[in-house]
Amino acid sequence: MLSEKIVLDYSIPKTLFIKLSGDWQISAGLLSVNEVTSQLTSHSDVTEVNINVSEDLKWDSGLIAFLLKLTKECEQRKISVVRENLPQGAQKLLSLALKVHEERVLSKISHASFFEKCGEKVLQIRESLASGLDFLGDIVASFIRLIAGKVYFRWDDFLLIVQKCGVDTLLLVSLISLLVGMILAFVGSIQLKMLGAQVFIADIVGISMVRVLAAVMTGIIVSGRIGASFAAELGMMQANEEVDALKTLGVSPVEFLVVPRVLALVIMMPILTIYADLMGVFGGFIISTGMLKLNPVEYLNHTQTAVKLSYVWIGLIHSIVFGVIVAFAGCLRGLECERNAAGVGKATTSAVVTGITGIVFATAIITFICQVLGV
Amino acid sequence: MNLTEMPIVEVQDLDLGYNDNPVMSNISFSVNKGDIFIVMGVSGCGKSTLLKSLIGLKSPTKGKVLYSGKSFWDEDEKGQHDIMRRFGVLYQSGALWSSLTLGENVALPLQLYTKLSFGQIKEIVDFKLSLVGLEGHVDSFPSGISGGMRKRASLARAIALDPDIILFDEPSAGLDPINARKLDDLILDLRDGLGATVIVVTHELASIFAIGNNSVFLDAESRTMIATGDPKDLLANSKDPRVTQFLTRARMQGV
Repeated sequence: MLSEKIVLDYSIPKTLFIKLSGDWQISAGLLSVNEVTSQLTSHSDVTEVNINVSEDLKWDSGLIAFLLKLTKECEQRKISVVRENLPQGAQKLLSLALKVHEERVLSKISHASFFEKCGEKVLQIRESLASGLDFLGDIVASFIRLIAGKVYFRWDDFLLIVQKCGVDTLLLVSLISLLVGMILAFVGSIQLKMLGAQVFIADIVGISMVRVLAAVMTGIIVSGRIGASFAAELGMMQANEEVDALKTLGVSPVEFLVVPRVLALVIMMPILTIYADLMGVFGGFIISTGMLKLNPVEYLNHTQTAVKLSYVWIGLIHSIVFGVIVAFAGCLRGLECERNAAGVGKATTSAVVTGITGIVFATAIITFICQVLGV
Repeated sequence: MNLTEMPIVEVQDLDLGYNDNPVMSNISFSVNKGDIFIVMGVSGCGKSTLLKSLIGLKSPTKGKVLYSGKSFWDEDEKGQHDIMRRFGVLYQSGALWSSLTLGENVALPLQLYTKLSFGQIKEIVDFKLSLVGLEGHVDSFPSGISGGMRKRASLARAIALDPDIILFDEPSAGLDPINARKLDDLILDLRDGLGATVIVVTHELASIFAIGNNSVFLDAESRTMIATGDPKDLLANSKDPRVTQFLTRARMQGV
């Protein structure tokens, strides 16, 4: 049924007079143009639509949106529209909206199907592997140039990054390592208690922390904290064209931005890992002596005999590899970042995911190699 | 004074600053309905700080900002929101939400503040984007369009709720003369079409003379306003050398 705000008049042949009245503001809701177009369909002889308004008409964009749609419908049906009786402002807005603007659309939302999207993702794997290898090659080449003394290296920046990677992360590493050591002691004690071999808790905590767990936990913490911040920093620099400014100055972004970050993490990760080893063992010590009533000296002696020097080296190798992985992921994602706020968010998430996935893969590979070598 | 004579925006004896550092003081002017009011001055004179105070992002250290007689900074939170609903802002960078398409950017204010259905919002979005010449770009992302188009899309978002007052922060910044002129024309058309009042912060002389019918001139050195009136009158009649130097791009003596 036609709304009371619209009155149609067919008194003159081939002309439809439309009189609009009442409240046509957005707050009153929009009327569907179908109410009028259905009339045009049933009166196919109409060649002109003449729009009038009453004096009590209240209008804003709601009216213009309606008229715009009506005008376009009429254009499609080759019906001319007389707009002269509309308020001046409405005429102006309608003309502005009907102007033809030809702008090139550079990118649009993709309406690909689920399978197409899956296919695109798979194809992207090859590209991202290639760009990752390229980036790794650039880092290696930059390190060679650094050793040869051909790289402009800002020591102040480097020390700031070292501080951020080390000192600022220390508290979190302490807490997590201590808790992991305590959890290991608890879980181990349940099994060992049944065998009456609780004293071997020291071996379990010591070996697992020093050999792999301290490095893995530190790697994950550093990935979440430092890797993400690398990606966000470099992403923002990319968005603000700071990276472009470096390139035009003839400075390689990898040498200027990536090398200090990789170096800082490669130096700080082993130090943090040794610290995490000690905190983990201390966590096990607290539970063993405080709750399971083991002799403190006996606990420390067992730890000393169980943890071989080679285990410490294996832990340190893990940590160096993780340092490289986290810095690599953070810097790569940051430099690949799209130049907008959403891009920075995506880069940060992706850096953490890539970092942690890389850490798990690297742990598996190193463990396998150690197994083969019998270490 | 009846409501029709009342200035739509009135700034009374306004002082602004950051922490204890004053940026400007004793700013007073009024903007009448339908005006295109220019806030002008050299870089660093506090134009953008003044705009922030007008749109509720920076509280003044002294003075009042009145919208149709209501003092913005003396209102409670609800009162301030009611006033803020009356204006639309075009930021210098466009400030489009990059994760949303142009259509979604324009639709968001409508989704938040109206009870229109999805289809009705789509109609309004199509219309607003047509007004700024971006019909057919509903699904484009801000990163995929040019700077001029981003500015126009941002304008479509600013006028989504049919505001009484539209505020522009350096609208021509970063645009070529042709696109800057197009944007100026669009400002004039929208003022006439929507019946809105426009406040423009700019130092682009071409825009100032093309669209402005009233203005205030802020001075960086004295940190206050030193002239007010139609920019063309200021150019013809101002005796203050700082104003004429700015408006004629004349070199300062000794430089």
